[in-house]
Amino acid sequence: MKLKGLAPHIVILVLIFVGCWQGERLNTPATPTVEPVTLNVFAAASLTDAFTEISQAFTTKSPGVDVVFNFAGSNQLSAQIANGAPADVFASANQRQMDAAVASGRIDPDAGKPFLTNRLVVTLPVEASAGIYTLSDLAVPGTLIVLAAEEVPAGQYALEFLEKASQDPGFSPAFRDDVLKNVVSYEENVRAVLNKVVLGEADAGIVYTSDAASVDQATIEQLDIPELLNVTAVYPIAPLNDSPQPDVARAFVEYVLSPAGQAILTRYGFGPKP
Amino acid sequence: MRWVAPTTANPKGAEPVSTRRLPGTWWLLSAPLLLFLLLPILALLFYSSPAALVENLGKPVVRQAISLSLRTSTWATLAAILLGTPVAYLIARGRFRGKVLLDNLIDLPIVLPPAVSGIALLLVFGRRGWVGTWLDGFGIQITYSAAAVVIAQTFIAVSLYIRAAAIGFAAVESELEDAAAIDGANQRQIFLRMTLPLSRRALMTGVALAWARALGEFGATIIFAGNFPGRTQTMPLAIYLGFELDLGIAVTLSVILVTLSFLILFFVRVLFQRGSEA
Repeated sequence: MKLKGLAPHIVILVLIFVGCWQGERLNTPATPTVEPVTLNVFAAASLTDAFTEISQAFTTKSPGVDVVFNFAGSNQLSAQIANGAPADVFASANQRQMDAAVASGRIDPDAGKPFLTNRLVVTLPVEASAGIYTLSDLAVPGTLIVLAAEEVPAGQYALEFLEKASQDPGFSPAFRDDVLKNVVSYEENVRAVLNKVVLGEADAGIVYTSDAASVDQATIEQLDIPELLNVTAVYPIAPLNDSPQPDVARAFVEYVLSPAGQAILTRYGFGPKP
Repeated sequence: MRWVAPTTANPKGAEPVSTRRLPGTWWLLSAPLLLFLLLPILALLFYSSPAALVENLGKPVVRQAISLSLRTSTWATLAAILLGTPVAYLIARGRFRGKVLLDNLIDLPIVLPPAVSGIALLLVFGRRGWVGTWLDGFGIQITYSAAAVVIAQTFIAVSLYIRAAAIGFAAVESELEDAAAIDGANQRQIFLRMTLPLSRRALMTGVALAWARALGEFGATIIFAGNFPGRTQTMPLAIYLGFELDLGIAVTLSVILVTLSFLILFFVRVLFQRGSEA
């Protein structure tokens, strides 16, 4: 009896799936009239919003180009490139993955150009109850601090910052250890750190400036980390040497490095190219 | 007068025991799936040498994760039994309006992505959540504690127990309970002396499923409880993070997790299959 009752549901589900599939088939044009040049851009996940806007600006400037993005972790992208995935441009969140792509032979050794920098910032929930006004307050016992895990680059950078601060005369030598005692969670990625702060589950978290810029500014406060103590992440970009349209690939890279491209990146919280 | 439970669940006749041999064709047709399930497990077991496994077992991160996982999943299973048994009985016996809604509510944690459950738990038990704000007033904070791990595991695993238990309760015929009531047994006696023992196989299956599921819980835990070695970093969390940094640790923990899950399921099946034949 139970099965009988289920049958109509299954039939409806199957019909819906078939319908979707058919619909998709019908919507796909059989033969496109004008074939635009497709540019495959492999870009680090943190670039998603900024690069989407850059591609819109780029395609208005060069019509006939269709920019297709593959956003993922830089380590996944370099692995895909090494395995022969069709790519024209690679924008990595760190030099290590660019080096890995160069090692695969598909990017020339001197092709990678730094195109932006990212820095760390301390974020606080807006209705801060913990009384954090300066960086030194992070060491006050009982403060709930959330960091990215050391397995993730942002987590390593955060530890570097704490180390630098401990050696700075402006901080106590025990600053690093005191802050680490306050850490309640090492999140698996930097966006999770930010979310814990936005939800008020942490009194403070260390994230990239670009992450902090990506959320509603009414939900968080930011505490700047001075240049001397900060860690700068440099993102390199390069065209692939086996691109079927090398001119378009080069033009895209140049656009990212141009003042117009840099202005868009800055708006998304990234620092300008070094 | 002491009331004694009847010995078989189904007085109309025991389940037919199939002793005839199945034709080899069925084995042949089943082989692809069996291989598909078995090969990844074997690859995991044979990835590292026994020496490397033992060496990794000595690492504090590994030990902490194992100990925390065992403790939290045990508590979560106990919570599931305690809180889930009445609900299972309600589902098995109750006839009321909106039962379909109750059924759906119980099934929801099974079909939801665990990450969704984690966010939802955060919105209730987090520092600014519905219940969390109130608890915060008493200086109690749940997130980032082992209690949060237990809550996440219970939320995810309790449905499996309830479903299995409800099937068990439903298999005990209500006429039997009615007859016992006519014989003078009260509600509590009927439930504890007859319904529970008669459905013990289903209950234990539920316990095993819930326990193994709690042991493997990842998504809700990492979002709701966070990740801190020794406090909230269970085996699945250590495996996930270990995969980014130290594959050896990840594989060691995976092997232990596979073995534990297998043993839990195996023992419950074997022990209680025997029990019911006796």
